[in-house]
Parts: sequence; structure tokens; C-alpha cells
Amino acid sequence: MSELVPEPRPKPAVPMKPVSINSNLLGYIGIDTIIEQMRKKTMKTGFDFNIMVVGQSGLGKSTLVNTLFKSQVSRKASSWNREEKIPKTVEIKAIGHVIEEGGVKMKLTVIDTPGFGDQINNENCWEPIEKYINEQYEKFLKEEVNIARKKRIPDTRVHCCLYFISPTGHSLRPLDLEFMKHLSKVVNIIPVIAKADTMTLEEKSEFKQRVRKELEVNGIEFYPQKEFDEDLEDKTENDKIRQESMPFAVVGSDKEYQVNGKRVLGRKTPWGIIEVENLNHCEFALLRDFVIRTHLQDLKEVTHNIHYETYRAKRLNDNGGLPPVSVDTEESHESNP
Amino acid sequence: MDKEYVGFAALPNQLHRKSVKKGFDFTLMVAGESGLGKSTLINSLFLTNLYEDRQVPEASARLTQTLTIERRGVEIEEGGVKVKLTLVDTPGFGDSVDCSDCWLPVVRFIEEQFEQYLRDESGLNRKNIQDSRVHCCLYFISPFGRGLRPLDVAFLRAVHEKVNIIPVIGKADALMPKETQALKQKIRDQLKEEEINIYQFPECDSDEDEDFKRQDAEMKGSIPFAVVGSCEVVRDGGTRPVRGRRYSWGTVEVENPQHCDFLNLRRMLVQTHLQDLKEVTHDLLYEGYRARCLQSLARPGARDRTSRSKLSRQSATEIPLPMLPLAETEKLIREKDEELRRMQEMLEKMQAQMQQSQAQGEQSDAL
Repeated sequence: MSELVPEPRPKPAVPMKPVSINSNLLGYIGIDTIIEQMRKKTMKTGFDFNIMVVGQSGLGKSTLVNTLFKSQVSRKASSWNREEKIPKTVEIKAIGHVIEEGGVKMKLTVIDTPGFGDQINNENCWEPIEKYINEQYEKFLKEEVNIARKKRIPDTRVHCCLYFISPTGHSLRPLDLEFMKHLSKVVNIIPVIAKADTMTLEEKSEFKQRVRKELEVNGIEFYPQKEFDEDLEDKTENDKIRQESMPFAVVGSDKEYQVNGKRVLGRKTPWGIIEVENLNHCEFALLRDFVIRTHLQDLKEVTHNIHYETYRAKRLNDNGGLPPVSVDTEESHESNP
Repeated sequence: MDKEYVGFAALPNQLHRKSVKKGFDFTLMVAGESGLGKSTLINSLFLTNLYEDRQVPEASARLTQTLTIERRGVEIEEGGVKVKLTLVDTPGFGDSVDCSDCWLPVVRFIEEQFEQYLRDESGLNRKNIQDSRVHCCLYFISPFGRGLRPLDVAFLRAVHEKVNIIPVIGKADALMPKETQALKQKIRDQLKEEEINIYQFPECDSDEDEDFKRQDAEMKGSIPFAVVGSCEVVRDGGTRPVRGRRYSWGTVEVENPQHCDFLNLRRMLVQTHLQDLKEVTHDLLYEGYRARCLQSLARPGARDRTSRSKLSRQSATEIPLPMLPLAETEKLIREKDEELRRMQEMLEKMQAQMQQSQAQGEQSDAL
């Protein structure tokens, strides 16, 4: 539906960093407590995070999300004998959970896309996904242009899309390229190599190199996108991730085993136990730290300031510069954009 | 010397010597989407490096790639026996975004080999017929799916009446033991549901000992074979060197029956059933093709299936399209026998007509 119009991307709507004044202050003012105040507010209100998973069936998407958030937040129970049939067209299934840690509440929504890439003919199977993402932008836009706006607009926009690459060991599949080409301008895509326990260290490293090269050659920018690095610090940190670690080769599991006296999440095979959180075994811990511990807020910000703004600008342009008419009445939810 | 000893018990030895001298032809097709370890497995099975110079094209090149058929030949000699092995590869299968009908070139290829053999068999010089018919198709199923995918089902349905299918699960080291069992069961159920006929390993003789029977049953129960391939030898400090894949958490040993079914596959495919696969290809699959072909040749106008009064059998098995509804193993054996008998009868009938059309056919040998 939406072709990739080569419009110039709008500059990020993030305020410029303030120029630091001469810091010879004569006493302690206390402006630094703002961090603590923000933290307290966030804890009270909690925050939204919407993560989408895309990939062929059987690549361990649901298990991985459950492992990431250490809870059963994904669409299916994580038993292997799932009897569900592959749907004929791509479906979009969103499930919300509230999880809490250290007094902070997160309203997590996991959006699953069963049926993607499973048919004989997968032409345009990304369209329902693109449509869903744009629909969430549209919902937000409608709220924004309302005369009487809600205090906190419910944010259903997709902040992060984990794209699961099959560990063939050769290269990307044509469908992978097509999907990422179409969607990388609309949502933050984080490619992951699924079920990475089938590759030895050398195979993994070669495969990753080839995938990175293919993405580059095809002009696909995955998150963190180069153009949105704000300063040198960001750039160095992100460059390292982009050029060395990504795509993360992950293994997911919901079963625990005893290893060296500890209970660990893993997979037990006759030739050894694969520990999910052991960096020598797979990069799950890197993915988790990246998505949750360091870049969670940035994912949301890029979604709001870049992807959403692009959508908004296009919509307003199409409408002749006028905001779209909004007459819907949704129930109010508490959330931060 | 025993007066009652005639000596024809030595016949099997004579046959054996003759076939050792003659050598042995075998054509094996390998199919399945790319990245399932097909080439590695073939190299492991036959201890060769057939795929050394292979180039796997990048994704953007494969966007609109059509399926190609590649043939590689290798001569393997072991214990004085020469095997001329031909491997048929299907690169591009299952790769594109739109894989509709991508199996048609494969079906066409298999039929072309039958066609060629039929022509050779009906020709004047039959001394050196080259048998290029596909004797077996190893179909690779992904360990990452939840059983057969729609594409797997479509492919298998298109070829199951034309070639012996042995399903295998590739890269089986992706699975934990319970997962392997569940996947195998799912695939078996699906094959039954979709009425796909895979190659049936023959029953062992009733006079075999219990141990052998048990082993045989165990092997049959492990179909589809969950395999892992490797051509690298792993030498871990105190243990003996093994062929396997070394991971940070342990080493998968290809020839360890606790790790995968590689040994079973090798035993059943190479060591015990190579000849049976050829026989079934010739006696059942090829004969079926030949019968359909000759029927349509002999009666060019009689495409109408309802007017088959000459042939006595009423069941659907004689329709030119391969719709043999074989259900259980005993039924299969019975029908196999009956078909062979029926082929004999038809052969006699067709003989006269064949000689006539042959004379004409030779001149216009545009085939």
C-alpha cells in the first residue's frame, strides 16, 4: 500500500542539547534532583512498550519473548505440541500484560504475526503488518488532533519489531529482504538470528557478516539507525553494536536445568546443555540488555520522533496541510507516549 | 563328494561376481529448501566432497530465481565394488517469495528420465541402456517448523507416485530429544493425513532372529530420520576423534545413535536397501509410468476413463494419473504383486500394437 517515497526525513524533533553555562555555581541549587523526580513519576504512572515479532512459524518467537520478559507474555503457552494450524493469511494478534519490577510497572504488548512466510506464495505477506503499524500511527494522530485531548494518549504504536532470521548458514532469504526493505522505514526493526544453537562459532560469525553485508548492500537500515545517532558517544556505542554484535544470534527457552549447582534457563541435549544466558553459548543476554536495559527508551523516542512524525507529515501533506477529522470516542487509558 | 550336490547354490556368488564386475548405478535426488544441510549430509554419507565448488547465491539474486536441476556424478569404490553415483540437486527450491508450482521442473525431470528409459527399452540397441532414472529422493524437512509446511506437502504430493521418497529432518541438532520425537510423530501423522506414500522399507524375513527384527523395527520407527551431517573430525583432548560438530556446550557426534539417526539412514539407504530402491523404481514406479504412457499411445482417442472395458480391474489404480490409493503395507504388497501380473498381461496385448507403431516411431525419432 504505501510505496517508499524518497522524501527527506524530517529532522528529529528532539530539543537541542542546552549549552552548558559556566558551572561556577556558588552553591548547590538542586536541579539535578529532576532525574529523581522523573523517576518517581515514571514509577507511579508506569509506561507502555509494544513489541512485535515477525518470522516464519517455528523459529521460537513466542519462546524468545517469554524469555526476554521472564514471563508468559506471549500468545501461546510454551509447550512444544502446539496443535494450531498455520493460518492462511497473516494475522495480527496483540496480547497485553502488566509486568512489574522494582516498583516500576510496564504495560507490555506483544504483537504476534502468525502466518507470515508460511505459505507457498508469500507475495506481499508483509502488507497486513504494514497496515497494522500505520493504523496505530493513525490512531495516535487522531487523538493528537482532537480538540479536547486526553492527558495521556494511549500508545499502541509498535516501538520495536524483532525480525527472526532462519539460521540457514547461507544468507538472507528473499522474503527477509523484501520484508525489511518495506518495513525498515516505518518501524524500528531489530533482526535476530533465531535458534542459533544450530551454528558453530565460525558458522555464526560468517553468517552474521554475510547478513550485515547483504543488508547494507540493499540499503536496509535496522535499528539503531545511523542517521539518528545523536552525538559521538551514541555513535561509538551504536557503531560497535551495528558492526559487530548485530544481528544477535539467540536461543530461547522456558525450561530450567541444573548446571554447576545453579538453575539456568536452557536446552538440554544429549551432547550438552545450552545455557540461554551464557554469552559463550548465545547472544540472548546481549539482546535483552540492548532492548530492555539500554535502549528501551530510545526505541520509544525514535518511534515517536521519527517514524510517527514521518507518518504524520505524510498524512497532513496528503490532506492538504489540514489535520484529519477525528470523531472517535475511545476510552481513556493512562500511558506515556 | 556328495553325489546329490548339483552346484547351483553357487549362483548367488556368480551373480555377485558379475555385478561387482559390472558396477552399480544409482541416482539419488536431494530436495528441500536451502540451508537444511543437504550438501553436508551427502558429503557425510558418501565421504566425498561433491559440493566443494558450490556457490550459494545471495538473497537478492534469488528473488526471482526459478528452480534448476543440477546433476553431479561420482564414482565410489569400496571393497572391489564400484558404484556410479549420480546426485540430483534442486537449488532454488523453496527460496523465492512466491514458490507456486516450483516443484513442476522436478516432476518433469523425473518423468523425462522415465521417458528416456522407455525409449531406450523400446529401441533396437538395448545392450547399453543407461539407467538415469531417479531411484530415491531424500526430502529434507526443516527442524524449525511444526511439521510439514504447505510447500513440503505440495512437493511430496506431486512426486510420491513417481519416485521413492525418504523423508529426513535436516540439522536435527536444533532439537532436544522430546522435540525430535514430537516432530517425527507430527510428520508421520501429516503424511498419513495427506495420503503421501513414502518409500516403505520391506518387511524383514520371518526367519530372522528376534534381535534383528527388533533392530529393524526400531529403524523403521525412527522415520523420518533426524540427521546431522559433518565432514569435520573433532579431536577433543582425551577422547577418540569423531566426525561431528563442535559447539561451546558440547560436540554432536554424527555417528552416535544417541545424537541422531545418521547411522540408521546410512545403513538403510546404502547398506541394505540400495538394490530394493532400484527394484521398486523399476518394477513399480517405472512400470506405472510405462503403462500410462503406452495406454495413451495405443488409444490416442480414448482419453475417456469411463470406457475402459477391456481391462478387467475396476479399481482406480489404472487411471493414467497417479492416484493409487495405497493405504496399508499389506495392501501395498498385494497390489504390487497384482500390478506386476497385470502388466504382464497388458504387455502381451500391447506387443502387437507396439511392433506396428515402433516401425513408424523409429523413423520419426524426434523424441
